[in-house]
Amino acid sequence: MTRGRRRRYLAVAMLLALVSPSLSAGTTAAETVTFAYIGRDADPAYTPTKAYTGLVLRDRKRPLDGARLGLRDSKIMGRARGLKFKLTERILAPGRDAGAAIREIAAAEGTNVFLLDLPIEEMPDTLRGLKAAPLVLFNVRHGDDTLRGANCAPTLFHTMPSDTMRMDGLAQFLRQKRWDQLLVLQGEDAEDARLVAAFRNSAKKFGLDIEEVRPFKLGNDPRERGRNNIRLLTSSADYDAVFLADAVGEFGRYVPYQTLLARPVVGTEGLIASAWHWTYERYGAPQLNQRFEKRAGYRMTAPQWAAWAAVRAAVEAILRTGKTDAASLRAYLVSDEMNLDLYKGTPGGFRPWNNQLRQPILLHTYNAVIDRAPIEGFLHQTNNLDTLGAGPLDSACRF
Amino acid sequence: MTHSYRQSEGMTGNRRRLGIALPFAVMLAISHAQPAVAKGTGLIFITNEKSNTISVLDSSDTLVATIETCARPRGVHFNRDRTQFFVGCADDSTIAVYDIASQTLVRRYRDIDEPETFDLHPDGRHLYISNEEEAEASVLDLETGEIVGEFETGAEPEGVLITPDGRLAFVASEAANMVHVIDVAAGEVIKDILVDTRPRRFALTPDNKELWVSAELAGIVNIIDVESLELVGDIAFLPTGMRKEEVTPVDVLIARDGQRAYVALGRANHVAVVDVAARKVLNYILVGKRAWGLALTNDERKLYVANGLSDDITIIDTATLKTLKSVPVGQVPYGILIDD
Repeated sequence: MTRGRRRRYLAVAMLLALVSPSLSAGTTAAETVTFAYIGRDADPAYTPTKAYTGLVLRDRKRPLDGARLGLRDSKIMGRARGLKFKLTERILAPGRDAGAAIREIAAAEGTNVFLLDLPIEEMPDTLRGLKAAPLVLFNVRHGDDTLRGANCAPTLFHTMPSDTMRMDGLAQFLRQKRWDQLLVLQGEDAEDARLVAAFRNSAKKFGLDIEEVRPFKLGNDPRERGRNNIRLLTSSADYDAVFLADAVGEFGRYVPYQTLLARPVVGTEGLIASAWHWTYERYGAPQLNQRFEKRAGYRMTAPQWAAWAAVRAAVEAILRTGKTDAASLRAYLVSDEMNLDLYKGTPGGFRPWNNQLRQPILLHTYNAVIDRAPIEGFLHQTNNLDTLGAGPLDSACRF
Repeated sequence: MTHSYRQSEGMTGNRRRLGIALPFAVMLAISHAQPAVAKGTGLIFITNEKSNTISVLDSSDTLVATIETCARPRGVHFNRDRTQFFVGCADDSTIAVYDIASQTLVRRYRDIDEPETFDLHPDGRHLYISNEEEAEASVLDLETGEIVGEFETGAEPEGVLITPDGRLAFVASEAANMVHVIDVAAGEVIKDILVDTRPRRFALTPDNKELWVSAELAGIVNIIDVESLELVGDIAFLPTGMRKEEVTPVDVLIARDGQRAYVALGRANHVAVVDVAARKVLNYILVGKRAWGLALTNDERKLYVANGLSDDITIIDTATLKTLKSVPVGQVPYGILIDD
């Protein structure tokens, strides 16, 4: 039984802790355990995107404030073990090699837990150099499936859900509602193509029909009206809902209420699938949201939640194993013992086949959480959270 | 934040924050003899955290009044002689005091940081409060309205329990997976006990030897030995047909004879009936959605269950373990207090 196993695990871990030189619990002077946060200066993702007439449609914040809150939430947990947790924050200058910087910081600060907030283009190269390093890296930003697939690394853990997980959650919702026929509108951004690819897989998995994928283009050129006019784009088809993939958002914000048929819009407008939302009312989420907003001065979004979860996961692994070396922490993170409170109702651990954090997905509008996936009725033989995202057989990750 | 109370404004707690916990040795000198208990009105008070009201049922379990109260009312507790009760309102950072006979507001203690639950020290004067947002437990002197002690806890402190001898106070920290043990006389935290995921509420066996604490996200109750302050056992819950992750225990009650315990299983929509000595589940009773709060009548013949997501109270006959009735109350009922 799980409980008995857990007790044994703890007993062994504590014995090991007694002989481990790295962690001397019970000594009077608190030992400091340092985590590091790595960002990139002048990262275009954090430049507010201005639309026509200076409207700011997107103002992404770094995950950093979530990590800071995670540290604060962990303070007392360290007290019981005679540990102090610290966060080193580094924003790398443009051009500086991230992999080299991580190795330097690890050596200088004696830390092996890193939260990565780097542009997606940098991730594969950075990871390649750190595959065998004695580190625990957390992806707190990207949903890109390739990071959990072809580009996966045994050192890299994901607290952000994959795009597949988010799209699976949305597909379950549509399926439960019997909104089975989908019209897909796809933008020109690479991210849009990625999202549509993920949604296609999810649609297939949960038995939805994609009637057609229609590319759209922002503009007023009458010669291209078939691509820029929303009424035309949504005509000559029969569908229950429109799936919109528009990472930029300038076109997408006009799609709801402009479709030819009276149909809901999902995807990047209307009903959106995310790791987190500031309006969630259940499972302790209001407390986390209030705590975050009070300190950060803005509302918690998915990347800050993911950074918070990464810190909590690392702290949990350290407390429960009584160890700080990367191999022990990584083993604990993917073990059945890992039972992290995610403030989304179902606790989660990391999947051993791709190091992805199992978690519920929130389906929300701009100001309300409409449902939580796994949607009621979608069951899995071992863990219902594994109805979201790649399983051991369909994952492309080979460590 | 403005909030309409039906009653006129009570006295306002004059609060002065003290940075350190005062010694409590003086409190131990106070007699712990059983206070004279006022004859019960038979009324049942239920806090509704989303509609900011208190529902009042009479002894026939009929809704007789709805009292407007402060914002997000949750924890409820009697005063020492049971003539008044306290209500903690997190969104107003207030503890409101109601007179039971007249059902009127008699006092408000302000600037209590987001109180969730609390317990009254046997001296009748000091209320130990978990301050959810501030990651601390504080001690309110009910006479002066001052905070006379503060203890750093893990994030989101929740359940509070003081031993009947007034010696120890236990505070559960939901986010830190810990039970903090406060030595009341010394005014300090003497131990942090690492328990299972998301500890919520406490119950003490009548012999004061075992402390039960629900671990909401582990689906179990941890048992702590009060003497050694070590974990000595746990009880897992799994009603037929449920998944482990759907079982989220919160409130725990142990009957006076120490034979039977009741555990509200949250999302599993059941209450577990437990044989205390054997640490075995005897039965599961179907109740409303997301059962959290529990209360027993004085004769322990009826169990009241607050169902947060079906906005009602389930009333169970403890002899037959059958549901007698369910009564709709306000939105998201949380705490129950029975004055019988």
